[in-house]
Amino acid sequence: MTSLKSFMSRQELLGLLVIAAVLFVVMPLAMDIFRLNLFGKYLTYAFVAIGLVLCWGKGGILSLGQGVFFGLGGYCMAMYLKLEASTPEATAIQSTPGIPDFMDWNQITALPWFWEPFNSLTFTLLAIIVVPAVFAFIIGAAMFKRRVGGVYFAIITQAIAAILTILIIGQQGYTGGVNGITDLRTLKGWDIRTDEAKYILYYVNGALLIGVLVLCQIVLKSKLGRLLVAVRDQEDRVRFSGYDVSNIKIFVFCFAAVLSAIGGAMFTLQVGFMSPSFVGIVPSIEMVIFCAVGGRLSIFGAVYGTLLVNWAKTTFSETFPELWLFGLGALFIAVVLVFPNGLSGLYQSYLAPLVDRFMGGKGRGSDPDTSPPAADLTAAPSAKPAE
Amino acid sequence: MNTLSNNTDFLLSIENLTVSFDGFKAVNDLNLYVDENEIHVIIGPNGAGKTTVLDLICGRTKATDGSIKFRNKELTALREHEIVREGVGRKFQNPSIYEDLTVFENLELSFPRGRSVWGALTFQRDAEVETRVREIAEMVFLDALLDKQAALLSHGQKQWLEIGMLLIQDPELLMLDEPVAGMSVSERKQTAKLLNEITKGRSVMVVEHDMKFVEDIAHRVTVLHQGKILSEGSMATVQADPKVIDVYLGH
Repeated sequence: MTSLKSFMSRQELLGLLVIAAVLFVVMPLAMDIFRLNLFGKYLTYAFVAIGLVLCWGKGGILSLGQGVFFGLGGYCMAMYLKLEASTPEATAIQSTPGIPDFMDWNQITALPWFWEPFNSLTFTLLAIIVVPAVFAFIIGAAMFKRRVGGVYFAIITQAIAAILTILIIGQQGYTGGVNGITDLRTLKGWDIRTDEAKYILYYVNGALLIGVLVLCQIVLKSKLGRLLVAVRDQEDRVRFSGYDVSNIKIFVFCFAAVLSAIGGAMFTLQVGFMSPSFVGIVPSIEMVIFCAVGGRLSIFGAVYGTLLVNWAKTTFSETFPELWLFGLGALFIAVVLVFPNGLSGLYQSYLAPLVDRFMGGKGRGSDPDTSPPAADLTAAPSAKPAE
Repeated sequence: MNTLSNNTDFLLSIENLTVSFDGFKAVNDLNLYVDENEIHVIIGPNGAGKTTVLDLICGRTKATDGSIKFRNKELTALREHEIVREGVGRKFQNPSIYEDLTVFENLELSFPRGRSVWGALTFQRDAEVETRVREIAEMVFLDALLDKQAALLSHGQKQWLEIGMLLIQDPELLMLDEPVAGMSVSERKQTAKLLNEITKGRSVMVVEHDMKFVEDIAHRVTVLHQGKILSEGSMATVQADPKVIDVYLGH
């Protein structure tokens, strides 16, 4: 049956353990809480990048609108927290106490109907999963059933990111507008702004990330994982083998959307606000770059790619704020031209053989009983970054 | 619609089939029947509509008019994967296989089980799958190469792999678009042998240019020209037909 070996090679297990060690041991020891919180913020983007590995790297569906789902998750969380922070006592000076402050500033006198359910934490947690999944399903069904793919799909997702940003900014009274939803304080009475809370949220975030990695590993090692690659390489062959290709695409797009939303929700909790600047075109494209730098075929690579680019962004934009965007562009070009499989590609070609030897030469595919390691493609495909 | 009167004993019956692209009729009022256990070859000059006929049967191109019935079931209203599930397999002209996967995985993905998203997630590589994959691999001369990445196969082997991917689905009608194009002489012979073997219990439709190969395999030959049937019958009849010699075979 499904033993550990059948869904994780030694290399992959090692990869997971290393990430777990970095998250839970190295970083908390090496950083103060301010830096660790920042690191935790970066990690929330890794959820999006991991989703992109499945959707784009494996399945060949390039979405330039993952910020939409990151934002949906983040906003769901923020709405709950904002309601909790807007008790009648805390907002007594408003003309309508008990509603979020930005609503009051915008002459809204009652809580809008779609805010009501976010008084419940259970509903909120469900919404973080369900809202992006349903939204992705609608987009996916509308596009993939009509066989819209490739560049056209990418452009449409980008347009959706732009539309959602404009909508959020335009509907200031309902969404907090360009400032977003700020001044979040407590979760079920537990103050999320203290150092202790930040530590706990960081660990929760790390545990979720590990959970997501394991989940993705299960999906990738199932036949569905191989089908994704098959759809990317020969969509027609899959269709003419009796599969409904659109359903496979819709599934992976929804799956990636849900992962992004979990990241978004953890972002809100750790950073303490959510704004449209994490929804639009620029953040969405940045997320694709995180994934590309890490290696769009490796879920572990995506985590490192995210961390590396964000670390570089923080460091360089502190020193040369005006040059950073050029740097980011140059980085993307370099990835496309020079190392199309990103960090994981470099790892696979230079380090992996050494690691294999170090582990006693009993690396992947050494077991004659198990059939070929399913879709161990990390180094295989050719350089075709944008398709 | 009176289905009864339209029913036939043929495995596949194409009637009054027309498809037009911006007024150009690639297939024009075509009637074509395929019997059970028959190897039916379609030949004809370039642009005669041979591949289009296969595209129409497998649902890749939608018919403008007419009907395609498979076991008396109308195919023109079905989507591609539904047609496959009815038992129609299609091989493309260029080998279309999953290059990043191994030969084993290529065949496994074609195994007709777990075709829904959930089915694919919960699919188990059990003894039945293993046996069937090995059986088919042996049939298409690839049993020694199961663990090889498909991209590394030779052109002929890729063609065989794709045929194997169809065979594992056990279709009742198998459509092959130029299966020996680009193959060496010995590979052609092996392929002819393979086709004669796999036709037991199923019908095969082949589009082919290689006359020698057609002679080797065909039970019946249809010559298409400008979307219409020019001649039909055994290879000998067709080869002797002056119209065919005129437009296709040459003097």
